[in-house]
Formats: sequence, C-alpha cells, structure tokens
Amino acid sequence: MTTKLFGEPVRRREDARLITGRGRYLDDLGRGALAAAFVRSPHAHARILDVDVSAALDVEGLVAIYTWEDLPGALAEPLPLLIPHPALTHGRTAHPLAREIVRHVGEPVVMVVARDRYLAEDACALIRVDYEILKPVVGIEEAVRGVHLVHEDVPGNVGAHLVQEVPGHGGVTAREAVEAAPHRLEFRLDVERSACTPLEGKGVYARWDADDGSLRVYSSTQTSTSVRMAIAAKLGLPLPKVEVIAPDVGGGFGVKIVHPWPEEILVPWAARLLNREVKWAEDRREHFVSSSHERGQVQHVRVGFDDDGRVLGLEVEILHDHGAYTPYGIIVPIITSTQLLGPYKVGAYRVEFSSIYTNTVQVTPYRGAGRPQGVFCMERTMDKIAAYLGRDRTEVRAANFIQPDEFPYDQGLTFQDGRPLIYDSGDYPEALRMLKELIGWDSFAQEKARAAAEGRRIGIGVGCYVEGTGVGPYEGGHVHVTSDGRVHVSTGLTSQGQGHETVFAQIAATELGVPIEKVSVVTGDTRRFGYAVGTFASRAAVMSGNAIALACRKVREKALRIAAEALEADPRDLEITDGTVHVAGVPSASIPLATVAVLSNPLRYAFDEEAKRATQFAGPASDDRPPVAEGEEPGLEGRDYYSPVRSTFAAGMHAAIVETDPDTAEIRILRYAVVHDCGKLINPMIVEGQIHGGVAQGVGGALYEKMVYDEHGQLLNASFMDFLMPYATEVPRIETAHLETPSPLNPLGIKGAGEAGVIPVSAVIASAVEDAEGIAIDRMPISPSDLHHLRLER
Amino acid sequence: MNETRHRVTLTVNGVVREAEVPGRRLLSDCLRHDLGLTGTHVGCEHGVCGACTVLLDGEPVRSCLTLAVTADGHEITTVEGLARGDGEPSPVQRAFTECHALQCGFCTPGFLCTVTAFLRDNPAPSEEEALEAVAGNLCRCTGYQNILKAVHRAAEIQSEEGGA
Repeated sequence: MTTKLFGEPVRRREDARLITGRGRYLDDLGRGALAAAFVRSPHAHARILDVDVSAALDVEGLVAIYTWEDLPGALAEPLPLLIPHPALTHGRTAHPLAREIVRHVGEPVVMVVARDRYLAEDACALIRVDYEILKPVVGIEEAVRGVHLVHEDVPGNVGAHLVQEVPGHGGVTAREAVEAAPHRLEFRLDVERSACTPLEGKGVYARWDADDGSLRVYSSTQTSTSVRMAIAAKLGLPLPKVEVIAPDVGGGFGVKIVHPWPEEILVPWAARLLNREVKWAEDRREHFVSSSHERGQVQHVRVGFDDDGRVLGLEVEILHDHGAYTPYGIIVPIITSTQLLGPYKVGAYRVEFSSIYTNTVQVTPYRGAGRPQGVFCMERTMDKIAAYLGRDRTEVRAANFIQPDEFPYDQGLTFQDGRPLIYDSGDYPEALRMLKELIGWDSFAQEKARAAAEGRRIGIGVGCYVEGTGVGPYEGGHVHVTSDGRVHVSTGLTSQGQGHETVFAQIAATELGVPIEKVSVVTGDTRRFGYAVGTFASRAAVMSGNAIALACRKVREKALRIAAEALEADPRDLEITDGTVHVAGVPSASIPLATVAVLSNPLRYAFDEEAKRATQFAGPASDDRPPVAEGEEPGLEGRDYYSPVRSTFAAGMHAAIVETDPDTAEIRILRYAVVHDCGKLINPMIVEGQIHGGVAQGVGGALYEKMVYDEHGQLLNASFMDFLMPYATEVPRIETAHLETPSPLNPLGIKGAGEAGVIPVSAVIASAVEDAEGIAIDRMPISPSDLHHLRLER
Repeated sequence: MNETRHRVTLTVNGVVREAEVPGRRLLSDCLRHDLGLTGTHVGCEHGVCGACTVLLDGEPVRSCLTLAVTADGHEITTVEGLARGDGEPSPVQRAFTECHALQCGFCTPGFLCTVTAFLRDNPAPSEEEALEAVAGNLCRCTGYQNILKAVHRAAEIQSEEGGA
C-alpha cells in the first residue's frame, strides 16, 4: 500500500497526547523547581530611588532577591536590538531588570526566587520600591508633540523615520501623480492596539549541571536556537554547553518570537548561581503588562485616481506607536508600508513612517505583523474610491489588480527581509471571481432590499491582501533512517500548535516512500538541530518543509545507491514504496529500507533482526578500499538547508455580511467567506484550521480587542474580564475555498498560511458595516458604543 | 511566617489522593503541582478562559477559582481521567481529533471536560445548545468552528456506541 500523503487531510499526530493531558507545556515541567516571580513597575514612567527588601527577607521559603545591581557582565547591559535598520536612528531596549528608570507599567524591577510561586509572590509584595514619578507619554498624539520624552536622549520621541518612494510612468512622483489625477481623496485611518494573547503565557525553566558546566533551558518560545545563542552570550557560556528546548507551546502568534525576553536569561542565570532548578511561568496580568502588544497606528492617506477607479498616485503617512522599546526593530511599520499595496498596481507610491516611543508596553509583531493595518488602509481606500465614483467595490479592485501574466511582479520596494518586493505568482481576478460566487456578491443587493423591507440593516464587505510568507534566510532539516526502518526527522524551528509534526511527517513520508507511522518529527530542540531561525511570518511550512524535502532527497539518493549495489540494479530503475526499495515493475527484486539502513553502516553487530538479515546483501569485501569510502559517511542520514532568494507571496480575499441592530448598534456577522491561495496545500485540514483561527483573531481585532490606557499609562483592561476576546458565540462559521498558484521559488511550490486569516478582517468588517449603515468607518475596532456615536454624528 | 497546612483527600480520576496544602492553595495548583496531574491548564487564574475546567462530583468547575481545601472529600475528574478504562480515548476526545478541534491544545482539556459533562446531560444537542455549552471557554487557535463540529460528532459517536 502506497499513500501519497502530500496534499491529504491527514489527522494530526500531536493530538494523541494533547487530548489525554500528556502534553508537556512549560509549566508542566520541572516539578519541584524553585519559582521565580517579579516585582514590576506600577508606574508608566518613574525614576527608581530605592529598593528596600528588608521586610521580604523573613518570608518562609525565600531563596534570593535580585535587582539590576546584582547582574554581572553582559547581563547588566541592555537587551539586544534584534533587527537594526539604518532608519532606526534611536533604537532603545530595556535592561533585564530596570536600571534607574522604568518606562512602562509592568517593567521588571526585582526578581525573587522562592520555594514556590505563592511564597515568591509574598516576598514581592513586601519589597518596597521608592519611585520619583515622571511625566508619562501616552498615545501617539501626545508623543509626537514631543513635550515630554520617553527616553531623555530621543528628541521628539521619534525612534525611526523611513521614506520609500516608487515613481510612476515617466518618473512622476506620487505627489505629482495625486495632484494630476482626475479625482483626489484625503483621509485619516486609525487602528487600535491589541495583542497576541496566547492562552499559555510565556515561561522558562532552567537546569544547571554543575558537574559538566552545562545548562538546559526549556522556554515557551518561537525560537529555541536564538534563545540558546542569547543565553550563551549573556551568561558567557560556550554555545555547546547550552541547550534550549521548546516543549509543547500553548500558542504564540508572535509574542514568543522576541528573544531573549528578560526572564529567558535571568532564570537560567539564577539556576546556575543557585545551582538549583528554577522556573518562571507568567501569569495573565503579567502577560498583559509586560509582554508585547501590536497594531496601534495612525495613517494619513492621499490618493489620486481616474474615472475607472484606477489608482494613479498614493501617498501614505504612518505614525507607529512603538511603546517603550524597540527590541524587534521597525519590522512592523516596514511590513505595513510595503504590504499595504496588496494585489494592486499603484501608479506612483510614496510611504513615510515615523516610529514613536510612548510609555506603554513595547510593540513587536503579532500574527499578521503590520499587515492588518496596511490592508485596512488600502482596502478602505478602495471602498472610498468606489463610493466617490458610485461604482461597485469589487470592480474598482479588479481595475487595479496585477494580472496573472504579469508575474513575477516587482513592486519596486524593499521588503521586510531587505530584498526586493517581487511577487512570485498569483491569480487575483480568479480569486475575486471565486469569492463573489461564494458569498453571492452579485445578488446581495436584492437580499439587502428584502432585509430593509423587514426593518433589518445588513451590509456586505470585501477585503483583499497579499502576504509575503516564507521569509529567509534559511531553515534546515535532518533525516535519519535507522535500522528498524524508522525515519527520524528533525528541524530547528519550533511549533506552537500549527501541526508541524504532522505536515513535516507527510512531506518526509511522501519523499521517502514510507508509511507515515514510521516517521517521527522533532522540532525546536537544539540538541537535535542547532541552526534555525524560528516560527513566525508564515514561514515554517515553506522553510522547514522544503529543507526536510531536500534532506529526504539526499537520503533517498543514498538509499537507492546502496540498494542498487545490493540488488545489482541501476539506481535509476529503483523506487521506494511502503518502506521497500524495489526495481520498478519487478516487485520480487526488493530490499526493505530498514536493511538499506543496516547496509549503510559497515559496523555489523547484529543487535536486531534487520542486521542479522542484512549480511546476505553484504557485497564481497574489497581489500583495496576502506570500509567507509572517502567522501562517504556511515549511516543513512541526510541534512540539507533551504534558503530562498526572497519571500513567496500568498494571497487571499475575504467577504462578510453583517447585520447591525438599529437600536442597540450591535454588529453581528451573518456570513464570512474566504478564498485563499497558499500555493500547494500540504494538508488542507490544517490550512483551514489556520484560516479559522486567523479569522477569529481578526474578528477580535475588528469588533472587540483593544488595549485601553489612561493618561497615566495604566492599562485599564489587563484581564480577560475586560480585554474582550471572541468566544464561540462571536465567531461566525467560515466558508472557505482554495486556489492553488504554486510558488516557483521552492521545490514544493508552497506558500505560507499561518497569518492569512487575520489580515483583512478589520477591513472587511469595516466595509460591511459601512455598507449597512452608510457611515464612513475609519477606525477599528468598532464597538456598539462607537457605532452609536457615529450614528449621532451623522 | 509559617502557614497552616491542611490535609485534603481527593478522589481524582477514581484514585484516592492525599495532599497537604495551605488554605489559599488553588485546586488547579494542587492538581498540577502537588499531585502531578498537569493535564489541567491554567490560562488566566480569574475564571474567564476555562482552560482549568475539571469535573467536581461530575459538574464542570473552574479549578483556578476553587480552593483545594473546599474540594476535600469530593470526586474530581481531570482530562487524564476521561479516557476509558482500557485507555481508549473517550468519544469526546476522539471527536476532537477527528474534527481537528485543537491546535496548540492548551485550552483543550477544559473544553473536553466541559463537553463531556454537557453531553452526559444532553446527548443530542441542537446547534444552539452546543454553542451555548462551549461559550464559556476561550480558544485562541481554532476559531471554534471545528470545536462545535466535534461536539456534534462526539454526540454521534456516543449514540452509535449506545450512549457509552
């Protein structure tokens, strides 16, 4: 029996342990380890005058208390700025524990280690920190006034400023194109702050082995290899003496890609110093006030267009709220400013952004990473053009689409990976046709009229996006076939529930011709694979998937070579099916892959039945060459890396029908449709799951989620009681259709799918609410109270 | 500062377990850290997300809002106890796998406990009833669609198997 597993909705192998409580999440490990807890700043901006720990010293079970002054060497320095950029002229990062000044509520000031978390928190409560309160800077408007500064040495609170400009035909600038266009519009759009909010917070657990001077760290991270490098550097340990493992991770969505988080170096440091196991598991309030947020941007748009709605010139000015620090550089506004163009050809484009410091939690990528803001901007622009011209919204979009025969299409900008923004493939007109059919776009007017006759308000909305996925620079894969015929696959990037164990096993099983049950997959364990980038930016399937396929091909080639010798056949005549190598068309001339694995190793202790059987295939010993020939290695293993020239571009289009209550202004999503193109599908069930989850997060961003800071920089809704995330009752059924335009950039023809669902949702819901209400929707999220006030202003 | 400790006896997944806990110890922490049953997860510690849901005398409760001492003498079922005696996953567990109703799996134990109790009391729920049943648990990954599908699929499996 041979099964082609690539492309099949194979059930997840992760589930067996996760549904029985046998998952191993961070806080499930290290029973009996000491617990760390943190005293965090209650002020948004303050100078630390004194830390008095005397009252805490009597707490039963207290082990240690540390402040910044206790930190040695590199640990006392600011945390790394991970992605520097020339435009980031004033990059600033925090110290692991605050030194002198705190710049947001929740910034860690003191670390306590005690016998358990309860006792550690008791000690935290007794530590007195005296502060001199400084004037906090909250909100983009306040920050750009620059009267008060977040960092004394950053004038105007401007951390970065970047302009990118693509001239139109004949070299006209965007400004000239807008001025010269037959029609012009100018408006402001706002997107609020939200956050990843995985159900499992962050966590770190460290074990120091004093005998051999090695450190093992488990972290709920999206990048174990980089956390490893950071720990080795900060603690001054040789890299081979540090291992980092990402166990089962309870969701990431971006927040767990930041590295190192202060706790990821402080906890291992304490474990080594105390020679005891130490663990920290973040609680929910800590997560709200000390882990990253995203999405807060103000965008000013000027657009010029012709009678058909074709954009001739577009100027966008973005103010990006970066929070207190820039550990992840300016990747979010860079993505917004480049991915804003979506599936469209814009005549001439100028984008300018300023990244602004405020005394709030730092901002780093959250699923979609700047794209929801950019798509909100472009799609609102398309709707406004359509409204101005009195044309159908989908017609205006179609008039601007890049056509299928225009790929590869160069947008003329520099993308997040520093490479040219060149779309590899796509078919936008077809995607739009499919979407309109799926949602019933053309017959909606009648539906709307019928609803109106019943006193109901309904509206339809649409949103399109293109997403650069599978960013480099590389991922690797290692494949090892053991003498029992099992295939052991490892890759360095991590998993947070995306089903990597399953899809990577599908790829390996397909490439090697073995049953999937024979394949095991390890991710995110630096003991198994030391070089990797991480799981973010919809890159895992593209990067590690292709690397594993390439590694499998190496193994396959070696297996066929060894089998050919044993079977006295030409390797080109051999194929592998169901774990057996055989001569094509001659099933009797065959040899199990397990036996090939035995043959690959000249050391023939007959530990198992396979080895005993294998000797019959051993060729005549040659006296004039070594048992392992030059350039060969014992064993049936392969390792390879995939490193793309540039990102691959997935795309999609969503549509929704909403109903707004004429009295309460509640917004209900009646239908939600998605057409999605992520190239070749490895596992359609898993891709759909990714889309569902993304749309749900998008619905949260469109209607509910918003970090509310007061003027003192206090986060007013730092709990699940007050920060509203959608439950099952708020998420509509999602209707999906797939389009496959394979990527020409990678051997498997795949594009990423992880973030797709979330990207256009705010734009789609805004479009639909606008259609239902006839009121311009220029800021998201929109609550019933927001809509009520918009109605009053009408 | 030494806390008074209390001896509690809990019947967890059919096994009598004992622990000595301070009065303030949460049931979730007692199960996870004192008894080593880490399948029950803690997502918010304020009773909103439902990840810590266990069955107390058969009824779903938030173990992060329950003190271990108040559970003294009671019966508790956690996700580790949902499978049948022979180790076969329960219909609800099987349905979650069949319908791809989990991704990171962190919230899953809470959903499984909630749905198990729900289907015991209402073996053939309507769409509306199934939605209501899971509407108290947060999931950040799946978008719930497949969880709802799994509730109905579990009901189907149970009825095929004679309401087992």
